[in-house]
Amino acid sequence: MPLKILVTAKRVEDYESKIKVNPQGTGIVAEGLKYKINPFDEIGVEEALRLVAKHGGEVVVVSVGTKDVHEQLRHALAMGATRAVWVNHTGPMDQLGVAACLQKIVEKEKPDLCILGKQAIDDEQSQVGSYLSEWLGWSQATFASKEESLESDAEKSKTPAIKLAADGKSITVVREVDGGLQTIESPLPCVATTELRLNQPRYASLPGIMKAKSKPIEEHTPAALGVDMTPKLTVTRMAHPPARKAGIKVPDVAALVEKLKTEAKAI
Amino acid sequence: MGNVLIVVEANTNGSLRKATLNAITAGHQLAKATGGDVHAIVLAKDATALAEAVKEYGVKVVHAASAPQLEHPIAENWAPAIAAAATAIGAEWVGAGATAIGRDVLPRVAAKLKAPMASEILSVDGSGADVTVTRPMWAGAVIATVKLAGAVKCFTARTTEFAAAEKSGAGEVKAFAAPAADKQYSKFVDFKEVKSARPALTEARVVVAGGRGTKGDFKPIEGLADELGAAVGASRAVCDAGWQPNDLQIGQTGKVVAPALYVAAGISGAIQHVAGMKGSKTIVAINKDGDAPIFQIADYGLVADLFKAMPELQAAIKATK
Repeated sequence: MPLKILVTAKRVEDYESKIKVNPQGTGIVAEGLKYKINPFDEIGVEEALRLVAKHGGEVVVVSVGTKDVHEQLRHALAMGATRAVWVNHTGPMDQLGVAACLQKIVEKEKPDLCILGKQAIDDEQSQVGSYLSEWLGWSQATFASKEESLESDAEKSKTPAIKLAADGKSITVVREVDGGLQTIESPLPCVATTELRLNQPRYASLPGIMKAKSKPIEEHTPAALGVDMTPKLTVTRMAHPPARKAGIKVPDVAALVEKLKTEAKAI
Repeated sequence: MGNVLIVVEANTNGSLRKATLNAITAGHQLAKATGGDVHAIVLAKDATALAEAVKEYGVKVVHAASAPQLEHPIAENWAPAIAAAATAIGAEWVGAGATAIGRDVLPRVAAKLKAPMASEILSVDGSGADVTVTRPMWAGAVIATVKLAGAVKCFTARTTEFAAAEKSGAGEVKAFAAPAADKQYSKFVDFKEVKSARPALTEARVVVAGGRGTKGDFKPIEGLADELGAAVGASRAVCDAGWQPNDLQIGQTGKVVAPALYVAAGISGAIQHVAGMKGSKTIVAINKDGDAPIFQIADYGLVADLFKAMPELQAAIKATK
């Protein structure tokens, strides 16, 4: 049974970037930063591509933001996504605004499954998947992972970790929870969110990058979708946490034990 | 006057989970700021015993929601009951500990209530209409002060930042009739528990963690952990390679720990790992590479081969006893 899967591609700072708060404490210094697709979203794109390779279907990638997000949409298209949807928005937005835009796109596209990153590595809220799922009245399967490691044969053969039932009506998802791994069965349509160990995303091939240039990006605006982007959550101040005091290097194990006993009183 | 509703979580053996006590403390701070009371909700097949256990921790009313569909923490089943209870008590804040369950369920509750949510809050400031919370962004490189608008708001509380609530007089336990499920959502199939005789990672006084430098051989890590009665932790590389269970990952996307003593062996100290352990009281780093970033945050650094240094450390600690 072919699957139509909707995935997301949030534009975030590269995870290796050094983030600096501006002197006013109102935001971060954008100068010198590199931007990428949110790594958790990239895992979502990969999982969708594997599912479609196995079952047939198409992958639609969505992003909300300024025209800069075309870079992330093209990245997903170069990986193999079929087409892209851009919700053109400039200015502040919170999780509710983004989820409301996604809900409208889902209602138009009617996918069987949405796969979102479990969180974005910039604001780290980890909420959009659940807002979307609840507002659609769908099931949710958050923190999707797999039992096999990223070094396993299952991973090397690019087997999807999200298993589609034989009748095509539900998926089985292994979730990372506290104390172990939980397995749930979620009826479709459903919103899943990705953990780090769901898969190792592919690199975009050169032909993939070339092909992506001619794939369509459909434009929408929140206003035309009927979404009010006024945030309910506002960051009023940003600051760096206090730095840890630099410690000392000890010459050997005996000196370490002595310090731990007499100075830190930790043992 | 805004009440606060805290979602209660159980350990796998059914006992009260410590993360809930941390969340109750966050709840007390919010209730003080808004002039309300702290309520709690227990969701289970039979919620009575756990409700009795939580009522002594400064909770005015524990709402015991017992129903077959609440047996497992399935967000689609729990969220309607939590949202209904929140509405019934006029809650201004609804929250839980920032555990796997809290992170899964609370955003769904927020969605149901059309409320904004702050994840992993670190502190509560201000009062009345000026309440703000702080929370980490960019792997903890930035602490943001956040204001939430609306009559009701949701949160999860980072457990290392709020002391566990103490017993302070018994509240009342009331049965709460959870709304029936409107359809069949996700079904629980199976739970594979990572069984360990060691203390839980997020609650241990001492954590010994290993990284890529172990090359997958955790014997030196486990040896020292057992000597110290410590929990074992791991870096992302270790879990990705399948050398240790995912449940042991410490960092931005794994567990956040703040033990009295943290020993990092063969861990380079990427910001994503440091985000999960920099609240530890004393940090020891053992690494062959003297330039590893972990040494910039360690109280005591030892440039050495962990396969030599860890057994030596274990023997030396044993000798001091």
